Amino acid sequence: MSDRIFGAVGLALALFYVWAALQIQESFLSDTVGPKTFPIIIASILGLSSLIILLRPDPEPVWPPLSRVAEIAAAVVVMVLYAEFLSTLGFVIATALAAAYLSWRLGSTVVQAVITGVGVSLCIYAVFHLLFGLSLARGPLGF
Amino acid sequence: MDIFSSLGDGFLIALSWQNLALAVLGCFLGTIMGALPGLGPSNGVAILIPLAFSLGLGPTPSLILLTSVYYGAMYGGRISSILLNIPGDEPAMMTCLDGYPMARKGLAGEALSLSGVASFVGAFFATWGLILLAPQLVKLALLFGPAEYFALFALAFATLGGVSSTNQAKSAFAAMLGLGLAMIGVDTQTGVPRMTFGEVHLYDGIDFLVAIVGLFALSEVFIFLEKRHGEAAADTSKIKVGRLMPPMSMLKQTTPTMLRSSFVGFVAGVLPGAGASLGSFLAYSLEKKMVDRNGTFGTGDPRGVAAPEAGNNAAAGGALVPMLALGVPGSGTTAVLLAVLLSLNITPGPLLFSQNPDVVWGLIAALFIANFVLLAMNIPMVGMFTRLLMVPPRVLMPFVAMVSFVGIYGISGSSFDLLLMIGFGILGWVLRKLDVPLVPIILGTLLGNTMENNLRRAVTISNGDWWTLVGSPLSITLWTVAIVGFILPIFLGRVVKSRMHARRDVEGSTSD
Repeated sequence: MSDRIFGAVGLALALFYVWAALQIQESFLSDTVGPKTFPIIIASILGLSSLIILLRPDPEPVWPPLSRVAEIAAAVVVMVLYAEFLSTLGFVIATALAAAYLSWRLGSTVVQAVITGVGVSLCIYAVFHLLFGLSLARGPLGF
Repeated sequence: MDIFSSLGDGFLIALSWQNLALAVLGCFLGTIMGALPGLGPSNGVAILIPLAFSLGLGPTPSLILLTSVYYGAMYGGRISSILLNIPGDEPAMMTCLDGYPMARKGLAGEALSLSGVASFVGAFFATWGLILLAPQLVKLALLFGPAEYFALFALAFATLGGVSSTNQAKSAFAAMLGLGLAMIGVDTQTGVPRMTFGEVHLYDGIDFLVAIVGLFALSEVFIFLEKRHGEAAADTSKIKVGRLMPPMSMLKQTTPTMLRSSFVGFVAGVLPGAGASLGSFLAYSLEKKMVDRNGTFGTGDPRGVAAPEAGNNAAAGGALVPMLALGVPGSGTTAVLLAVLLSLNITPGPLLFSQNPDVVWGLIAALFIANFVLLAMNIPMVGMFTRLLMVPPRVLMPFVAMVSFVGIYGISGSSFDLLLMIGFGILGWVLRKLDVPLVPIILGTLLGNTMENNLRRAVTISNGDWWTLVGSPLSITLWTVAIVGFILPIFLGRVVKSRMHARRDVEGSTSD
């Protein structure tokens, strides 16, 4: 079933890609092939392989139970928040929070997670910023 | 001989303090990444690329750092195979078969040091192979026009799934997805934006580093979260390494095996789409056929440890040949190394050898140095790496995730790229679940624009005649190999894969 859904999504993607390729504005100074042709070739092979996946699916993969999927979704949310708030919070604080969360969800106790988070953050800051001089996001506190 | 004088120049470049330090650092990091289950060579190199850039290293130093990581990871994979029966990365899978039984017999130290020597032999011969073969391939490549290049790229995609692929439709899907992603951005020939939907951030195209780090490193973090593999795989109280030198008799017994396996591995590495996993598999199977008269393979035969290790390290060197000489990588990790070259504005291929000889020969000299460094690190210091197996993923994985973010942020400083990377992470996780290989996606994003340019150039030169694509004997040959290489696995794939993956782990899709 998964492969059939996957194939259908792939097919839709291929159709969308063809549509998007046809929207490309051609310049009046174009070469003989033009900017549309190669994307359309790609989309046709994409569609063809999706069709084969749809018609001849592999055995069903092992999907994790819903709780594990929620786990991943939560981690994604944390990472998105990290990306958004990195520049407001500053590198050290944001990284410590995100790393602590991930460590906690991978099975650390709360205390271990906090130590891991702070440790990872300070370690990266020390090595990459202080030692190698990489510019990291600066927060209101200057780090 | 001009090869030796070039090599001498290479050593002059590689032997500067900075480059030596980078080689040592790379070997060390690489061995760790190879040894820790969950971080393979492709992952390891992928995470470090953005950092090599943000640190402002020049082309030769960055390449030295990253290829040392690559060689190091190939060495390191065996440590957890032997001690824990868990391959540290995919090429080390075959080492489990005889390495773990040897460790059970109390010969862990011998197995580790013997495999270290075998890795050295494999990598050493492969580096010589690279020196001798790459310039010949360059001469051939100079005959290539745009049509031949287009066919060559098609060949790379057709064979990248490799003979171990079971579902060619999924490999094709992945390759097209990668090519499709590469189309995003302003068209290089006419200057019109494509597939950008008015989003200014996309005009420059998607940075392939974002795609690589997301697909490889972040998806690995998600896999660990899914399985909640938080605890260290190693219970160190049970590991006893013992003596760290293989007895002379064992070395003598395994020498022919190592030499044969190095050759087989090197050839497997050079062939498109094979890579190190297949190298070690072929080397092991061949040795089993040739010398296993008493049926001792699989029960801790030292030759069964030496064969796959020499094979996979030789294949790692062999895979560099098409990458450097033609600009077409033969395996997953070399695809990632190609990304390094492209982002440093160096176009690999025949002209690399004449335009940037310092890069090529500096790199080759660095490979020799890395090899000796690794031998030194892996025999006396192997105990230190076994201790690193104790680092639990609940500490390691947050570190990996955060280093990925730092690397990408360091390149562009935009949170749009970070969000894009998270998106690729999710995509990578879903595709790995569905058993879709990730390497063709990477190769597609890397080569897409060059491939299209060659196609358009070829057709334009011939005034719009598409038959020019199959207009020369060379391009017809390339297309034939591509088609055979694509169709063959449909019949052979299941057999090879089921044998190879008798003991597969979660790392299937980031295979190398």
